[in-house]
Amino acid sequence: MANFQVNKTYQEINEKIKQGKAVVVTAEEIIDIVRRKGEVAAAREVDVVTTGTFSPMCSSGAFLNFGHAKPPIKASAVKLNNVPAYAGLAAVDVYIGATEPAADDPLNKVYPGEFKYGGGHVIQDLVAGRTVHLVADAYGTDCYPNKRLEKDITLKDLPNAVLCNPRNCYQNYNCAVNLSNRTIYTYMGPLKPRAANANYCTAGELSPLFNDPYYRTIGIGTRIFLGGGVGYVVFPGTQHHPGRPRGENGVPLAPAGTLMVLGDMKKMSPRFLVGVSLLGYGCSLAVGLGVPIPLLNEEMARFCGVADEDIFAPIVDYGTDYPAGTGRILGQVSYATLKSGKMILDGNEIVTVPLSSLVRAREIALLLKEWIEQGRFLLGEPVELLPTGEEKPVPSFSHES
Amino acid sequence: MQKKVVLNFPPHLIDQPITYRLIKDFGLVVNILRARISPREWGRMVVELAEDGGRWQDAMDFLADTGVEVEPLAREVLRHEERCIHCTACVSPCPTKALDVPDRQTMTVVFDRERCIACELCLKVCPYQAMEILFE
Repeated sequence: MANFQVNKTYQEINEKIKQGKAVVVTAEEIIDIVRRKGEVAAAREVDVVTTGTFSPMCSSGAFLNFGHAKPPIKASAVKLNNVPAYAGLAAVDVYIGATEPAADDPLNKVYPGEFKYGGGHVIQDLVAGRTVHLVADAYGTDCYPNKRLEKDITLKDLPNAVLCNPRNCYQNYNCAVNLSNRTIYTYMGPLKPRAANANYCTAGELSPLFNDPYYRTIGIGTRIFLGGGVGYVVFPGTQHHPGRPRGENGVPLAPAGTLMVLGDMKKMSPRFLVGVSLLGYGCSLAVGLGVPIPLLNEEMARFCGVADEDIFAPIVDYGTDYPAGTGRILGQVSYATLKSGKMILDGNEIVTVPLSSLVRAREIALLLKEWIEQGRFLLGEPVELLPTGEEKPVPSFSHES
Repeated sequence: MQKKVVLNFPPHLIDQPITYRLIKDFGLVVNILRARISPREWGRMVVELAEDGGRWQDAMDFLADTGVEVEPLAREVLRHEERCIHCTACVSPCPTKALDVPDRQTMTVVFDRERCIACELCLKVCPYQAMEILFE
């Protein structure tokens, strides 16, 4: 156990939150405090640092229980606004996945497909209070004789709606360019030929896992801002790869850690759960997520003091290397450079664009700060932290979305 | 001063050389930004006109007399502010910087109607369907 000059517990910080005395700053505000006062003084002064991110997070979806009908049905195929939902769960439970397109979507048959409506849009419509048309088919059983059910549902009428995202909040992500000779349409947006533009997708210094690179305070039971409501980290996300290469400051240089998160969808907002249509790629859901990071000691203050110039994204060619899985990295670029709007690649200046909304990431960090300051949101102490090691060695690059 | 307008041609005027008349008879400087003309349908043309060149008012009267409707371009391009999350995906395809992030601190997308040429590149690129152009 390391010897720290500052030692705070979750209980102590929560007590201060309840009394309205906790000092809370955002991950942008802490940078200057650490620089001016040093990490020990920063850890003494500040109790919680709030982070935020808002961007398309494909591995998202919701469990919905739509209630029993008369006569009852054991639904085996369910569509919501004509978007298929997985119904292989009990009788009236479904999982609507963010990337599922509408059943009659022409997909990429008319290339590039527009994917105007899918699972992510269904989730947004539900949290916006709009009516969603449900069609369920069944084979009929002695106990559940009904073979077809059609009804309009709204979120408030559903017995249960739980947002459950198996992989959100990527710790770092690729900066995508296209070295081929034609425009390509990717989950990183359209990429013009001959590296004419570069797209990246994290909030940089505001992004949750950049501020706690070794997950010292994040694990099962961490209470978070999720989709405008309250959620929890319930497990390491799928494709959680803490073993990726890291810089001296501990921040991964490639896509690394991820979170599986869950929360009551009924308390969420369409401002922070937005359906996404990615040209030529598919549907998704933009998720707003913020993690509060307790400054338990000066080490956490140092981690939270990380700034855009200390965080680097790998530049990856999505024209040839990525689809072929070569693992070639063209270089590293700092988030300070990416956020400036242009970067130099092979001597040429190219436009850089985040698909992640910094505007809304800031809004989330500020909202979470407000909730904690007002004593409305307490820290959840993890019952188990996220793994920092891998069972099997992982490649230094990622070709996982 | 440049002015971008949409010219709507009724079907019976499709075979008339209207643009030629604007240039030749009235001395206007005409820059065609987009056009869609097909037989027996309403034709639509987005043009940039130099207001200080030629006999502007006479040209406008001529268009009105022949039945060509003139609308400002601004009315045609809609930006649904409430749908925009400022992901900035529209910024790199936009050829005229009509959609741009002038302040790198706030990272807010700003739409400058004056620069828009209704090329429609932003429409499909926007993941949130925030841009709409009425060009039917």
